[in-house]
Amino acid sequence: MALPKHASTLERVWHYTYLVICVVIFIFLIAPILVIIPLSFNAEPYFTFSDKMLKFDPEGYSMRWYDLLLTFGMQAPEAPRDGSWWADAWSNAQWIQATKNSIIIGFFSTILATTLGTIAALGLSRPEMPGRRAVMAILISPMIVPIIITATGLFFFYSSIRIQDWGIPYLGIILAHATLGIPFVIITVTATLVGFDHSLTRAAANMGADPVTTFLRVQMPLILPGVISGALFAFVTSFDEVVVVLFVGGLDEQTIPRQMWNGIREQISPAILSVATILVIISIALLTVVELLRRRSERLRGMSPG
Amino acid sequence: MTDIAQPLTTADGKPLKGALMRAQARARRRAFLLVLPLLAFILITFVFPIGQMLYKSVYNEGFTWQEDVTTGDRTPIMTNLAAWFDANPPGTEPNEEAYAALAADLVVLRDLKAPGQAGTRINYELSGSRSMFTKAARSANKLEPPYKEAILDLDKDWGNPDLWQAMRGASSSYTMNFYLAAIDRERDADGSVVMVPENRQVYVKLFTRTLTLSLLITFLTFVLAYPIAHLLATLPLRHSNLLMILVLLPFWTSLLVRTTSWMVLLQSQGVVNDALVGMGLLGDENRLQMMYNRTGTVIAMTHILLPFMVLPLYSVMRLINPSYVRAARSLGATSWTAFRRIYFPQTVPGIGAGALLVFILAVGYYITPALVGGADGQLISNLIAFHMQKSLNWSLAAALAALLLGGVLLLYWLYDKLVGIDNLKLG
Repeated sequence: MALPKHASTLERVWHYTYLVICVVIFIFLIAPILVIIPLSFNAEPYFTFSDKMLKFDPEGYSMRWYDLLLTFGMQAPEAPRDGSWWADAWSNAQWIQATKNSIIIGFFSTILATTLGTIAALGLSRPEMPGRRAVMAILISPMIVPIIITATGLFFFYSSIRIQDWGIPYLGIILAHATLGIPFVIITVTATLVGFDHSLTRAAANMGADPVTTFLRVQMPLILPGVISGALFAFVTSFDEVVVVLFVGGLDEQTIPRQMWNGIREQISPAILSVATILVIISIALLTVVELLRRRSERLRGMSPG
Repeated sequence: MTDIAQPLTTADGKPLKGALMRAQARARRRAFLLVLPLLAFILITFVFPIGQMLYKSVYNEGFTWQEDVTTGDRTPIMTNLAAWFDANPPGTEPNEEAYAALAADLVVLRDLKAPGQAGTRINYELSGSRSMFTKAARSANKLEPPYKEAILDLDKDWGNPDLWQAMRGASSSYTMNFYLAAIDRERDADGSVVMVPENRQVYVKLFTRTLTLSLLITFLTFVLAYPIAHLLATLPLRHSNLLMILVLLPFWTSLLVRTTSWMVLLQSQGVVNDALVGMGLLGDENRLQMMYNRTGTVIAMTHILLPFMVLPLYSVMRLINPSYVRAARSLGATSWTAFRRIYFPQTVPGIGAGALLVFILAVGYYITPALVGGADGQLISNLIAFHMQKSLNWSLAAALAALLLGGVLLLYWLYDKLVGIDNLKLG
């Protein structure tokens, strides 16, 4: 991107303008995500920087909204913070309940999506797979079809089979979230399988390994980075999904996004910003993991430039 | 080797051709069996429910069957009226016989406690008719011949030809009327298709708005993504990987979080307005109204969908050989000509892939318009949600969803043809 020595003045001006434009676009991309972090420490119930915050006066900042996340819905939030206070928070605080539900739903739907998705990706990446294109199109479609349509269809389907009477909590949401996560698993795992050297599996078979051993000892270590990032994508998809939960979830099936949704629609308070901040930090962590995995995968397959 | 005419065989004497075919069939079966569990899962939890929804858009038994919630018994309703409709062509003036059939059906409705259900079904097509059904069913037992006069005495609106047309349409469970309603059409008293009155035309307008806003958003993402994708593609990999994080972080951040932050930024008491007022660019009294309208939807969705444009552009630009542009320059092209004639055409596949993806995703967006869109920033998805949750006209919601789905699948097919689903990349 360096400017050549012979560049004319006009080209120089354009080059720097271009760089400025790029910086502005990057700010547009990232600023909205970062701006909520300081605002979540606002001592006042406003969504903008107060004068005290701008002067970096410690009084302008507080943890009150994070505290509210813990105490909201508790039976005795004012009690001294001893063991019983924490027990109260653990079993009654609404955001903690929502977190528990989100994690349970996310965990099971991720397991389901990753297992089914990885096995299917193995089949899809074989050259012999019949009707590969059509099957792939069907398997990716949950990502493309508008979520409202999926939610509407599931609403009719679940009420016709009366899934809530089956006695398995969260079942409907878990199945739906697994469906939504599957395309991501398929995409990431097939991407790692591209350029997979099939002579490795043949060599393993040649040395007497049965298919399961071959899979576990030869294929799995090589595609593991793809599987993990697929699983993370699936988890994030479930962790972030609100429309299906709104349509098919029972009243007691509160998740973090649903709680946020209600919070935003009813009365938006800076407590939402503190949840958002926590979620941003989680996504930074996940992004780091995925990025490290991608580099590891590229190194393993000798595709990395360095 | 001595006899060429002999077919080649395997070690155990079978023809080689057949053995190879069998081995290949086995490999195909094995590959398919690996995919089968997932395919079955998707068919059951995704394709079948959507099929069921599509069925709902042409099938509504509100005016034909009554189901007892506790026992599950199903009873046909409005059978006399349906028989009269079958015997008489559309546009026939309802006679005494028709009113007698209606009276008999009202008695059935009353006994089944179903006038609300039947009235609701007619209410979808002609608002205000639900109460007529509940009122008429209440006094159904007291009706005496001549029925025409008796029923018209209850409410003279029973003579409305539009009502009779609506009942005729609803008397069969299978109907295309919800699709007609979804494109602002209805049947008049003679049964021919006409536009609904201007003040009730909403859906076509909404489809148009969804398309224009999606196009605008696609264009904006293209304008914003092109420079940074180019920068990322031309920087050395060490730097571009760092900058790439700035693109991927929004991609990984919760949609609700990003929408929330735009609400914080764009509010009239929010950060952007405060900054503009603070800098003296804007008077305190005329703060910009950037949220709860179309502007809010466009800004927030452009931001949210931007990574989907950057990533395909980047992966195409990365592979463009810089020596082409250098060659053009050395042959005397100005940098603008070199860009226009050499570089830009090579990025067109990336633009196509990104634009299609962004457009497909934008057309079906729900959450962001619902939260920041206000009244005039709503898209078609929001209306589907409205009919599902508020007005409870599920068949109309299904018909709208079917139209949206048809459009999206068409674009998806186009995407597969032009780009190939295999080339979909995530970071």
